[in-house]
Amino acid sequence: MTPAPPSVRFRGTDSYLTHEGLQAAVNCALTLQRPLLVKGEPGTGKTLLAEAIAQALGHTLLTWHVKSTTRAQDGLYVYDTVQRLYDSRFGDGDVRDIRRYIRMGPLGEAFSAPERVVLLIDEVDKADLEFPNDLLHELDRMRFRVTETNDEVAAKHRPIVVITSNNEKELPDAFLRRCVFHFIDFPDAELMRRIVDVHHPGLDAALADQALKVFYELRGFTRLRKRPSTSELIDWIAVLKAQGVSDLKLDENLPFLGALLKKEQDLVSVAEAFGRGRRTRA
Amino acid sequence: MFLPFFYELRRRGVKVGAQEALALAGALKAGLHDSSLDGFYHVARALLVHSETQLDSFDQAFLSHFQGVETAGLELTQELMSWLEEARDRPRLTPEELALLEALDPEEIRRLFEERLREQKERHDGGNRWIGTGGTSPFGNNGFARGGMRVGGKAGGKQGMAMMQAGARRYAGYRDDLVLDTRQLAVALRKLRAFARDGAPDELDIDESISATARNAGELEVVTRPPRRPNTRVVLAMDVGGSMDPYAAVMSRLFSVASQATHFKELRIYYFHNCVYGKLYATPQLTGGMTVPELVAQVGRHHKLVMVGDASMAPYELAIRTDAEGRYKADGQEGLTWLMQLAQHFERNVWLNPEPMGSWRSGSIAMIAQVFPMFSLTVEGLGEAVAHLTRGRTVKGAAARR
Repeated sequence: MTPAPPSVRFRGTDSYLTHEGLQAAVNCALTLQRPLLVKGEPGTGKTLLAEAIAQALGHTLLTWHVKSTTRAQDGLYVYDTVQRLYDSRFGDGDVRDIRRYIRMGPLGEAFSAPERVVLLIDEVDKADLEFPNDLLHELDRMRFRVTETNDEVAAKHRPIVVITSNNEKELPDAFLRRCVFHFIDFPDAELMRRIVDVHHPGLDAALADQALKVFYELRGFTRLRKRPSTSELIDWIAVLKAQGVSDLKLDENLPFLGALLKKEQDLVSVAEAFGRGRRTRA
Repeated sequence: MFLPFFYELRRRGVKVGAQEALALAGALKAGLHDSSLDGFYHVARALLVHSETQLDSFDQAFLSHFQGVETAGLELTQELMSWLEEARDRPRLTPEELALLEALDPEEIRRLFEERLREQKERHDGGNRWIGTGGTSPFGNNGFARGGMRVGGKAGGKQGMAMMQAGARRYAGYRDDLVLDTRQLAVALRKLRAFARDGAPDELDIDESISATARNAGELEVVTRPPRRPNTRVVLAMDVGGSMDPYAAVMSRLFSVASQATHFKELRIYYFHNCVYGKLYATPQLTGGMTVPELVAQVGRHHKLVMVGDASMAPYELAIRTDAEGRYKADGQEGLTWLMQLAQHFERNVWLNPEPMGSWRSGSIAMIAQVFPMFSLTVEGLGEAVAHLTRGRTVKGAAARR
């Protein structure tokens, strides 16, 4: 395990714009070889960050989508007993070699990869309360033991671990201490303009201005349950472009509002606000 | 070198420790901060802060430690304006300069100043040019010299950026001192879970399969079993109103943790006021719900009963006689009897009391503690209560340990 050469710095990619804070956090994680924990509103590009890091540094990206039923063990390896039983029954393959039935999980795969990889542990807060604790040792030492074979899987190159969380559950302190933390802010209008430009090059400037203005006004509505975020704006502009809309005004017949607002109540409350000609602002 | 800053952070509730200090030292040694305070701000924030609720505290600590003038950024415009007023009287300004000064509105000045700051940052490597040291700029740069010094301190433009950033306090909205550690409570409650195999058999029982296959002379025999499911059933009854008002915050935290817990097979939440008089209510406004005899008939002995309340009342209130609907009746049961009826039905029961333990020796608390094993409503007490609930049968009446 050689430390990353200090010259490796993350500066964002062509399609993923960053700012100093995020770059500093990523570079800390790279240099100190600690997991990077990213939080932020949904749709601010937490998951895309891992892809951007992988792309910028030329590493492969492994993804581990965490679900409510995911156990820490699943990320390390799975011992496929059923397959082995079947093989023993039908005489396929060598059932004496238990190693053939050990399947590496995403974490195990990242450790045993011949080169440095980027491992994304997506939505870590979806799993059980104890899930992060169960991974402490593995993330710290970057190694684990397969109990069935007593083999040790140790990382040849410490993977770059990016962990995202939507804050559904609090994470344990011991886990937090081991991570570099970054909270992705909601982009300001200027950065958002650049993000839009990156995703929709050649977009009519007037339309972009109007769309952004409407978008931030909508975000300013206090009554919204789920405020629209970056990814929704990008989608919305894509729809507007595809439909050839060229003029926007924030009023009751805003086109394709469904792309921005995902909750029934929000659509209703926006409609009401315009219906009464009164706006509830932050 | 940064140790005082660490203690400043701890004082403000950002729990940094040796691990963070070492990490920061490592990052600085690797030169991640690019030898600038601005870079240092970002690196330190990434390494020392672990939750967005602490970002605001971090910004404040950063400001007070590295500058000590929290409001410098905000008062800047005011400061500049007042000085510019003063500058007008200076004889060495040419009439042209004076005219220009007056032409600028505060917004404009601020914009120019920020522009200047940004510009300065880019050129900073060249030397230690401070903002406005030249003082020759047509828009009255001497004014900026003072403002700049105040903001930037010793190191100039770059420092100004970090200060501006920290000074903006953009994370104030994420501060959430109210959400105290619900995780601790959740973890304590979690120990209450117990599992039972229940439902459709759709999980492979490896050991059974292997032995069945062996018995079957190698012919594969797959044995399945029902998956483990949570099997804890809990009845939670909370005292509301009156003397419980001071504890509303801790009660609502307990409630939110309990209702979010997914590891109970069944959770019933009831409310009562002061003491149970025959009826447990479904809402904190004491409506709905069911009577104690109904509850006892509906739920089994193996439900775990958790009573929460301060158990503090006038002794006569324990002796009020009511019927099962909560109406006063001379031939009804006393409040204490209703409590005893609950305690006798449920094999495992506890009373959580938010009152400090020192006051439990006397009055109605002592009487109720004879009926229910009483624990304090703290993370620690909750842990003990849960341990008590999961232990085997208890001898009723004699269970009051404290």
